[in-house]
Amino acid sequence: MSAVFEVANLKRSFGGLVVTNDVSLSMAPGDRIALIGPNGAGKTTFVNLVTGNLPPSSGEVRLGGETVTRIDAIGRVRRGLVRSFQVTRLFQDMTPAEHVGLAVLQRDGRAGRLFGSFLNMPEVMAEVSELLEKLGLAELAHRKVREIAYGQQRLLEIAVALALKPKVLLLDEPAAGVPQSDTGRIEQALADLPPDLAVLMIEHDMDLVFRFAKRVIVLAAGTIIFDGLPADVTKDARVREAYLGNYANASHVA
Amino acid sequence: MQTVFSIAIDALAYGMVLFVISIGLSVTMGLMRVVNLAHGAFAMIGGYIASYVARDLGLGYALAVIAAVVITIIIAIPIERLLYRRIYGQPELTQVLMTIGITFCIIGIANYAMGPTLKTIPLAEPLRGSVDLGFRTISIHRLFAIICGLAVALGLWFAIEKTSFGVKLRASVDNAAMAAALGVRTEIVYAISFAVAVGLAAFGGVVGAELLPVEPYYALRYMVTFLVVVSVGGAGSIPGALIACLLLGAIDTTGRYLMPEFGEFFFYLAVIAIICVFPRGLAGRIK
Amino acid sequence: MTLAVNTQTILGRPRGGSFRRDLMGVAVIAVFAAAGYILFPDNLALLTRILSVALLVLALDLVTGYCGVATLGHAAFFGSGAYAAGILSAHYGINDPLLMTLGGIVAGAVAGLLCAVIMLRAHGLPQLVLSIALIYLFHELANKASSWTGGSDGLSGIMPDPVFGLYEFDLFGHTAYFFGVALLLIAFVLLRLVVRSPFGMLCRGIKEDPLRIRAMGASPNAALAKMYVISGAVAGTGGALSAISTQVVALDALSFTQSAEALVMLVLGGTGSLFGALAGTLIFMLFEDYVSAANPFHWLTMVGALLIAVVLFAPKGIYGTAAAYFTRRGEANR
Repeated sequence: MSAVFEVANLKRSFGGLVVTNDVSLSMAPGDRIALIGPNGAGKTTFVNLVTGNLPPSSGEVRLGGETVTRIDAIGRVRRGLVRSFQVTRLFQDMTPAEHVGLAVLQRDGRAGRLFGSFLNMPEVMAEVSELLEKLGLAELAHRKVREIAYGQQRLLEIAVALALKPKVLLLDEPAAGVPQSDTGRIEQALADLPPDLAVLMIEHDMDLVFRFAKRVIVLAAGTIIFDGLPADVTKDARVREAYLGNYANASHVA
Repeated sequence: MQTVFSIAIDALAYGMVLFVISIGLSVTMGLMRVVNLAHGAFAMIGGYIASYVARDLGLGYALAVIAAVVITIIIAIPIERLLYRRIYGQPELTQVLMTIGITFCIIGIANYAMGPTLKTIPLAEPLRGSVDLGFRTISIHRLFAIICGLAVALGLWFAIEKTSFGVKLRASVDNAAMAAALGVRTEIVYAISFAVAVGLAAFGGVVGAELLPVEPYYALRYMVTFLVVVSVGGAGSIPGALIACLLLGAIDTTGRYLMPEFGEFFFYLAVIAIICVFPRGLAGRIK
Repeated sequence: MTLAVNTQTILGRPRGGSFRRDLMGVAVIAVFAAAGYILFPDNLALLTRILSVALLVLALDLVTGYCGVATLGHAAFFGSGAYAAGILSAHYGINDPLLMTLGGIVAGAVAGLLCAVIMLRAHGLPQLVLSIALIYLFHELANKASSWTGGSDGLSGIMPDPVFGLYEFDLFGHTAYFFGVALLLIAFVLLRLVVRSPFGMLCRGIKEDPLRIRAMGASPNAALAKMYVISGAVAGTGGALSAISTQVVALDALSFTQSAEALVMLVLGGTGSLFGALAGTLIFMLFEDYVSAANPFHWLTMVGALLIAVVLFAPKGIYGTAAAYFTRRGEANR
């Protein structure tokens, strides 16, 4: 299958410090990839480079065959590269229905309309209802976000992302900060993501990674040190060193 | 050539006065992240006190300067305690409203207490007149203003770079929460900085009274000038503020000399151009 | 489509019909307008001035209340509208009040676009400083172009024709007052539509988190520029009304003080609500009329004290605080 999303030789340095070094990866529709790595591995920088919030020093980002390296963050979203945030960024004074409605309207290029209300647009409302119901948020559709639980806000983040009909979805720790009792709902939502969507999930929680991902990429010190099946990741010597390196050299560190 | 020289001296003197008044604003804005529109009002209060002490009481210029600085700080303390404390960390709009409210109040009270007329501050004998440099004479007061500006810049540089208070101040500007966690008593740093800022404003108000005349609308008239210094220089940056003051002093003075009929037009045009080119200030850090 | 209807019923609708609130708003404005006309027939000039300033404050609310941009230069659009309407009449002999109003709307919108292009380059303090510098720049420009604007003497010689050729602008200001009420009602209804529209929703999102809006693929700056144009048009309408009703335009229309007072009125009433903007204007202007008649020297002190009091005790403004109180009571009683 042809790649929907490609990163080629991406490099970024701050002054003399190389934070992302020659990273390449390629994703096909339907991929479920987890990107993991120890703290300071350069995951956040990688996300910022890919989404267009940070210009790379060199390298390319391609989306659906088109080179988008010089296109800004907004343009990449419009071309189908959508992200969710590690800490939810929702509008506290707006309702879930308004969030999803705004995303649907924006995707259709109607968010600039000066009259009417999406509540009176049947085709928008149909989509809003469908998404909110799928994620179990229908009951809360007209509550303000500040009044709903954090786990549900996480689900709403996913709903907003899906409403933009992405080709590639970047999930930045989708279960971060959610109490253990609610992670099941989020995992279910992740399992129910559209099958042709390419998903790249950045995650610390290895249980979630193993249940979700068909492929795991390990980033350490700005380079990809492992790209393969989840079953093999724990056996890989370089991965073990990246994560457990200090144990091997414990005497030096102490 | 003569004109160029006059413009240069006037611009330098004006820029230095701007610097003395605005640097406190810049430091407190960098430190406390408060958009303080009332800073000019403290300079104005200093000017009024000095005028009262020197002209009405006849106590001399030196005493007037000291009285202006001390009394303005004393006036500012309850204002900081009761009003500014409430707006630290609040949204920008709230800060704008509170400080513009304070400014309006001070203007109204100044108008009521001192009358709408312009107040002069009689200079000390040695500061009057001018010196002859052979090819050109300079008013001693201009020189005095320039020296005061340089002294303040040097003094602040020393206090911030070379003293333990400076270390705490820089740490608090950089990251207040972290500084507090490291044992810096940030509220004391805030209080001292605020007092120094107000005192410098009052000092600048007195020294600069010949260039920025003291009258009730002073606080409003020069509000934008002081704010521009901070936003062009970048909040919390002393070199940035110095460059901004010299630049704005040069633009304003040149405009007044060469095109007096256009008043402030070119000054504001320049301000807009500078901010558009450097939206984060000449030396401002990226937020 | 049947599916759509079904799911819609499942989701239900938010409480409180907005259409009913629109009607109520129109009714309230009409009642206030009628009461003012009956109770203060000798003071219609003041009431008409309140109407024109109300348009300025509504315009400011769009930018500050709905989009979260703090600005101290909004009178630039009001003044542009006033001068445009005035110049059309005084210099070009275009005396039709509707055409003059249109001129004011266009001038306000153009000024809005111009200022947006400049202001949106910065954020925070530099943005605020830009707004102040812009209003001073407009002021200086109007002052210098005295052959067009009359400079500090003001622009006179504005002679509006009768409205629709029927209703002459009389000495007592009856026509001007009704003309103003009509403009305010039209603007209010249109703005209610705008703030509820998808675009209004987008702006509320920008106010809360512009970065999130970018991540949804929308450009905050483009939306803000559009809102500035709309806001400029509304403020320009107010300016045109002021020029038509008073038949002079003074430099004050383009002043920092006028901008700051508009912000005070908005905050007094409550930001982010059209009712708040109207309530704030009405209370402030009546208060100003009363206090400055008694002692003009204390006026500035009073405004300052009022501002401090609002920030400390009623940060949501008078309307916002009252609305929150009644909502709470309503919920407690259910």
